[in-house]
Amino acid sequence: MSSQRFSYLDGNAAGGEFSYMFVHDITTAAGQCSFCGTTRPFAEAHLYMQGPGIVARCPVCEHVLLRLANVRQRLMLDMRGMTHLSFELSDAQEPA
Amino acid sequence: MWRVRTVTALRDETATARTIVLKVPDWPSHVAGQHVDVRLTAPDGYSAVRSYSIASAPNQEGSIELTVERLTDGEVSPYLTQELGIGERLELRGPIGGWFVWRPRQTEPIQLVAGGSGIVPIMAMIRSRVASRNAAPFRLLYSVREPGAILYREELRALSTQDHSVTYAYTRTTPKDWPRPPGRIDAAFIADTIWPANVNPTCYVCGPTSFVESAAGLLVASAISPEKIRTERFGPTGDRK
Repeated sequence: MSSQRFSYLDGNAAGGEFSYMFVHDITTAAGQCSFCGTTRPFAEAHLYMQGPGIVARCPVCEHVLLRLANVRQRLMLDMRGMTHLSFELSDAQEPA
Repeated sequence: MWRVRTVTALRDETATARTIVLKVPDWPSHVAGQHVDVRLTAPDGYSAVRSYSIASAPNQEGSIELTVERLTDGEVSPYLTQELGIGERLELRGPIGGWFVWRPRQTEPIQLVAGGSGIVPIMAMIRSRVASRNAAPFRLLYSVREPGAILYREELRALSTQDHSVTYAYTRTTPKDWPRPPGRIDAAFIADTIWPANVNPTCYVCGPTSFVESAAGLLVASAISPEKIRTERFGPTGDRK
């Protein structure tokens, strides 16, 4: 089933949920897609929230970057679709 | 970190949109364009979380404003726009997001593009510019279904007689004698109304996903660099019908 059949939001919408995990704002962090190699701010990832968790996909190739789900009060993060995630400290230190 | 916040005022903006003013005495301050998450919990423990953009400029008064558009089949917005009362309390998390933001230290020309209630974070940017006496040239292109759906109408009218440029695009119904038939914004309309690419504006586009895809595509087609375009999409989320 193609992911295009569902409407997506973008990485901005996951900022609150990721504040449980990261001290710095994830939306300004740059993530590299492990499939096509594109590096973009997480804010630009396509975000699918219709399922039981959150799925972020690469805005260029639609490969899954990461999945986040709350399973019986355990927050699970699967980041296998991302080669790296980098945070710009000068930006992150501003009011988040 | 969820915090309980008290509603201090409510203001109807249109037939379907309401502004909620909340007291946030220990607020870390926000940046225009950021949002908060709102969590509602039913007596049986079921909870729903939704993101709403902050409409107000950062201020020293310890308050923030959210403007919420009612979705007919929504799970949270009908409560926030019809049942919530002054003095009631909401669980809030935020401010959130450092990407889709405008800071008063920015001085370059700004092109704002809003679809429907995508105007809310954009209005925070406009208000922040006014509050900080920033002279950055702002242009706003605001696409709405019909004249009655315009949020912040009087405030935008007052600003447009000063140095803000505000252009409306109507998708279904126009005011009387409007020069352009209703329809979605297209390449010609973009070319007529936005900053030309040689001005090198930073662009902020917010609206429903389909609007953002279309508008951002038109900006790129008009030779604006994709790196200068920041987008925020919204839409119904998480509802399992």
